[in-house]
Amino acid sequence: MKGPGQDPAAPGPDSALSGSDAPPETGAPQESVPSPGSGSPAETGSAPGSAEARPPGGSRATGPKTRLRGTTKPPTVASRLLQNRWAGLAGLLVAILAPFVNATPYALSVMTSAAIFVMLAAGLNIVVGYCGLLDLGYAAFFAVGAYTSGVLATRFDLPLLATVPAVLVATVIAGIVIGAPTLRLRSDYLAVVTLGFGEIIRITANNLEVTGGPSGVYGIPHLVDGPVAFYYLTVAVVAVAVAGAARLGRSRLGRAWRFVREDEDAAEAMGVHTYRVKLAAYIAGAIWGGLAGVLFGAHLSAISPASFTFLQSALVLMAVVLGGMGSMPGVVIGAIVISILPEILRDLADHRFFLFGVLLIVVMLLRPQGLWPARSKEALK
Amino acid sequence: MTQLVWNGLFVGSFYALVALGYSMVYGIIKLLNFAHGDLYMLGAFTGFAILGAAGGVSSSAALPVLLAVLLATMVITGLAGVVLERVAYRPLRGAPRLSLLITAVGASFALEYGMRVVAGADPRVYPVRLGGTTLEVFGARLTVQQLTLVAVAVVLMAGLNLLVTRTREGRAMRAIALDPRTSALMGIDVNAVISRTFFLGSALAGAAGVMAGAYYGKIDFLMGFLIGLKAFTAAVIGGIGNIPGTMLGGLLLGLLESFGTFWLGGEWRDVFAFGVLILFLTVRPTGLLGERVTERV
Amino acid sequence: MTLLDVADLRLSFGGLLAIDGLSFSVGEGEIVSVIGPNGAGKTSAFNCVTGFYRPSSGRIALRGKDLRGLRPSAVAGLGVARTFQNLRLFGELSVLDNVRAGTHLWLRQSVFDALLHTPRYRRSERECTEQAHHWLDFVGLRGDRYGPARALSYGEQRRTEIARALARHPSLLLLDEPAAGLNHGEKAELLSLIRRIQNLGVAIVLIEHDMGLVMEVSERVVVLNFGREIADGRPEDVRRDPAVIEAYLGGEPHA
Repeated sequence: MKGPGQDPAAPGPDSALSGSDAPPETGAPQESVPSPGSGSPAETGSAPGSAEARPPGGSRATGPKTRLRGTTKPPTVASRLLQNRWAGLAGLLVAILAPFVNATPYALSVMTSAAIFVMLAAGLNIVVGYCGLLDLGYAAFFAVGAYTSGVLATRFDLPLLATVPAVLVATVIAGIVIGAPTLRLRSDYLAVVTLGFGEIIRITANNLEVTGGPSGVYGIPHLVDGPVAFYYLTVAVVAVAVAGAARLGRSRLGRAWRFVREDEDAAEAMGVHTYRVKLAAYIAGAIWGGLAGVLFGAHLSAISPASFTFLQSALVLMAVVLGGMGSMPGVVIGAIVISILPEILRDLADHRFFLFGVLLIVVMLLRPQGLWPARSKEALK
Repeated sequence: MTQLVWNGLFVGSFYALVALGYSMVYGIIKLLNFAHGDLYMLGAFTGFAILGAAGGVSSSAALPVLLAVLLATMVITGLAGVVLERVAYRPLRGAPRLSLLITAVGASFALEYGMRVVAGADPRVYPVRLGGTTLEVFGARLTVQQLTLVAVAVVLMAGLNLLVTRTREGRAMRAIALDPRTSALMGIDVNAVISRTFFLGSALAGAAGVMAGAYYGKIDFLMGFLIGLKAFTAAVIGGIGNIPGTMLGGLLLGLLESFGTFWLGGEWRDVFAFGVLILFLTVRPTGLLGERVTERV
Repeated sequence: MTLLDVADLRLSFGGLLAIDGLSFSVGEGEIVSVIGPNGAGKTSAFNCVTGFYRPSSGRIALRGKDLRGLRPSAVAGLGVARTFQNLRLFGELSVLDNVRAGTHLWLRQSVFDALLHTPRYRRSERECTEQAHHWLDFVGLRGDRYGPARALSYGEQRRTEIARALARHPSLLLLDEPAAGLNHGEKAELLSLIRRIQNLGVAIVLIEHDMGLVMEVSERVVVLNFGREIADGRPEDVRRDPAVIEAYLGGEPHA
């Protein structure tokens, strides 16, 4: 699956997800993490900000002993390899080397599309995987990004790069418009509303004159000259996007997303403003989708409403679920599988989506954590 | 004007039929069955297959034959709904809500594209079309077939309402909706009642599918997608989980769409409908007849 | 010095009056127990104080600041932390992450810090982890703190939930039946834990059915029945109060 030429996207920096949490012996830099295994409560208590919370001496006796208990299970060799930042960098390397193996225009185009798909999956993973909100209209943000940049670039003769600020504004607005009213509701309502919203965007693009109606926008300028250069640019952007999503997922905000996913009431009781946190996830997802849309327009130089159907949203969701919700490395692999598989199994074209649907059910029934699950066990620090 | 009202009520009765299944299933196990619209599609194709197998139908006997086909289809789609619940949803009943929703999306996908594999991607022409005499009522033109279909829908909905409010079975359903665990303790076979709920809801969707096929004359494997969304909208407008509310919501959505189309143009019809959905969820998420529930902490 | 002041609180669900004119107060650093038969409105009162329920009328103030109408996260921000009657840990997340949740409000870290891994980000993450370890030590957690919280034993999960609440640095801690389901040894440990929490200067309101624990640890006991307060005083006085014996202990004062 990770053979050269089939792995154009960058599972690379995403494994930064696990990188800084990785055990020191794998070589990941650990300068930011103290080694609590040796820390007595007194040492912990001297950390800035915890002065008011110093424990009375009573816990001192139990401290070191419990620490030892907590560290008795070393990670297996396999999980060390998987959770290691080097696996990610190796993935990126494969993506960089792939064109040297096969650089036919067709192969490059497939690989570029796959990379863009990886970015979509990374964005949806923020919403579905981290925050547990089911978005069935994710293609809408993809469309908002693609159309905003495409229309601005062709109407006003702007270079594509100059449309990016407008794309950011448009996707954030779209995220707020759809998220603000619905994120207060039960999560399953959100699923249907996003489904409806995806249709609204597609039908609107189909009906409006400025978006070119059913035939869409064409003649979108390239970002850089030549498919090879564009492939590398895409890989770079996607790598940064995936790493960024993974970093967000590991931060204070990312933890809050997972608290909301696990138990909204408990998260709220801990001081997490759940509504705001959910909206942040939704907006982040919208931005990722929108920027992927810019790449999409630049790649194909033409966009039409037919590219932004429910099918597209469902495929991205499939990639996230298959790979493992909340696990960036898994989601990247899932996206590559979902986008490359049809190219290999051309004969099965008719059965493809049927199989995807069945696969979705089977994954949820038998392996809900996906192919490459997010760690439920935290790496030792 | 009366024409708009009539068109709205006609389409609305379809929405209401499909929405009822949505609403019943949601009411009892709090699951949004995304595949529900596809059971409607399945109904249309099942009716198509039965009619095809029976050979052509002379137009004089069209109505009785169609009613028979309708009943047969209801049984088949009802059973399909039961199988769906048994295979895809029941094993996940204790699982996180997200898993269940994703499974439902998968089921919808599998039904749609499974049908595409079986019946092909191109629309099929229904072997029977109800030819009708046109009547003029208060300035609105309506056909006998439209009246028949609305009558069938009304009979089905009334029957369902009686079942839920007056029978032992209906009482069991309502009990489970309130508290499945206590219901089980009280000796209600929860699994059986949920199965029967799926049967009823799916059968109604199947009936709507056959009626739509006979009325519009064309069916395709994606026909359930949009109506599934519309049915959900109708259920939300009326109050999801509430049966009279859902019927009301279906009719109301039909009317709103009819007028919205008139004002904005047909190409904006669906946008208008989903706009209404979002508006309702913002302003009155419990729907017109739904009651506010205090969630226990 | 009054920390929490609840006055004339009323709460109804539909037609049912769950709390009917409840008043009580908690001083800084005080341990107050709220007892009463099941359905007396104890947990409902907690939910009103923490913002999960909207009371129909009455006053709830923390250090003079009105808490009514605030969402639960805002109440938490003012220094109120709680545990739940039926354990609400984030089951799939690691024990450490659960306790990190408590640091959410005071952790200074922006989205850009997180994206760029600035020194401030590294510092705050380190502090967050140290704090989590510190509070797990404080409650004496013996289980695996890197594994998912659901893998802990019941008693350990209870402890983790308290550690999570303490990581909030609260001035008021609401414990909803912390001893439920604990064995004898664990109850003894809970008792000493509550004492240690009090030594930090944190006031505690305790809902508890275990009379031994209540009598041992409380400075004051408030007794509820049918949403109304029927007694409020020192444990030994409440125990002898005829109204309490009548309503709560029935005919068999087992304490």
